[in-house]
Amino acid sequence: MSDKTKIYETVMDILVDVTGDEVVKEEPDINLPEEDLIDSLGYIELLMDIEESLGIVIAPTEYTREEMDTPAKIAAVVQSKAE
Amino acid sequence: MQLFQDNNFFILLAVFSIPALIMGYLEKPIRLYGFAVSLVFLWLVMGGTTRALIYLGVFLVWEIAEAKIYLKVREKYGRNRKLYYLFLILSLLPLILNKYAHAAGGVLHWFGFLGISYMTFKSAQVIIQIFDGQIKEVESFPYVYMMIFFPVITSGPIDRSLRFQNDMYRVIPRQEYMDMAGQGLFKIVLGVVYKAVIAAGFYQLEIRLGHGLDLKGALIYMYTYGFYLFFDFAGYSLMAVGASYLFGIKTPDNFNKPFISVDIKDFWDRWHITLSHWFRDFVFSRVTMNLLRSRKIKSHLTIAVIAFFINMGLMGIWHGSEPYYIAYGLYHGLLLSITEIYQKKSKFYKKNKKKKWYRCISGVITFNLVMFGFFIFSGRIMKFI
Repeated sequence: MSDKTKIYETVMDILVDVTGDEVVKEEPDINLPEEDLIDSLGYIELLMDIEESLGIVIAPTEYTREEMDTPAKIAAVVQSKAE
Repeated sequence: MQLFQDNNFFILLAVFSIPALIMGYLEKPIRLYGFAVSLVFLWLVMGGTTRALIYLGVFLVWEIAEAKIYLKVREKYGRNRKLYYLFLILSLLPLILNKYAHAAGGVLHWFGFLGISYMTFKSAQVIIQIFDGQIKEVESFPYVYMMIFFPVITSGPIDRSLRFQNDMYRVIPRQEYMDMAGQGLFKIVLGVVYKAVIAAGFYQLEIRLGHGLDLKGALIYMYTYGFYLFFDFAGYSLMAVGASYLFGIKTPDNFNKPFISVDIKDFWDRWHITLSHWFRDFVFSRVTMNLLRSRKIKSHLTIAVIAFFINMGLMGIWHGSEPYYIAYGLYHGLLLSITEIYQKKSKFYKKNKKKKWYRCISGVITFNLVMFGFFIFSGRIMKFI
């Protein structure tokens, strides 16, 4: 398994955990804030879980909410930070 | 002279905008000119009080020096939290002294100059983003320009330094600039209508009908003041954003139809947006991160409640140390907490939240809760308790 796929899988697991909904895996382009799957606290949990499981630190202001509003976008951000 | 108030200001704004429009049309950078215009307005606003000008100068030197030194410290010692908090407090110190002096009775005027409250947001956020590793250099010119950029100096909107700096150094293509200028002019005109016509109208209603000390008087005051506050502040914000556009800076919007909010969380994404998002990004998120990291509190709901109270309490105090400002902050901390608990726990909410009737009822309740909040904020509530 390549690093990229591994990161993708880990991010999806974290998202299932944070949103409490498997739908994030099935529909990676679903808009998380609009669908009420994530809120401000959810974003913080997400950033902290990413830091803990992958060692990648993302500051709360590093990306706008629009840059991180779908599972696919979030995975892409984390993958780009890992490079 | 008062910015966005006096006729003279609007005449000068029109005159000073013409060279900016020409430069924008020719795709030339506007930043040096915008800086010069900002200095002229600063002089017109504060020139009469030497003390204010000196305080502003000291404040700017203090904050820039601090940011530059902290950048070096951060490079050398990494994410050291003690040093970070030390520098953060130092950057807040002028505002703290100013608010303390005000609360102590107004004999002292420490750092009493126009815009200190809003400038401090920007200086503190630079320190926080240096700690985060997002800001890697601090240059004096863009820093000072961001601080004294005349459209936003009195009451925001609060921009982010990285965004502002991007805008000021960007070469804007002619068509894009012309579109921006058109939108800017529209925002200024709409802002004038909001402030000079609609807000003024509600103000007249408020002073003519809203001063009875019975329930009816209180209710009239509450609703007319709430609408007055919105149209006055949203009007000012529109003008500030519009004027920024003319000078090539895309200052973020501050309001987005707050009275159609579905719930209180939605309201804070629509009301004084740059302030509430500043608090979200630099207070709420930091408090929750620290609490999650410390692992002292297991329940995420408890963490959210604590963070909401700290966040909104600080926002209340930032407005001033008067008891009704603090009460206003705590009131919203309470509303957000109750909303959070209800939305996480209630099956009824989960089942119905997307239905039209639910959103309508929720919106009407939110609207009235928000209006009561403004009644606290106005200080008028003190006459009734």
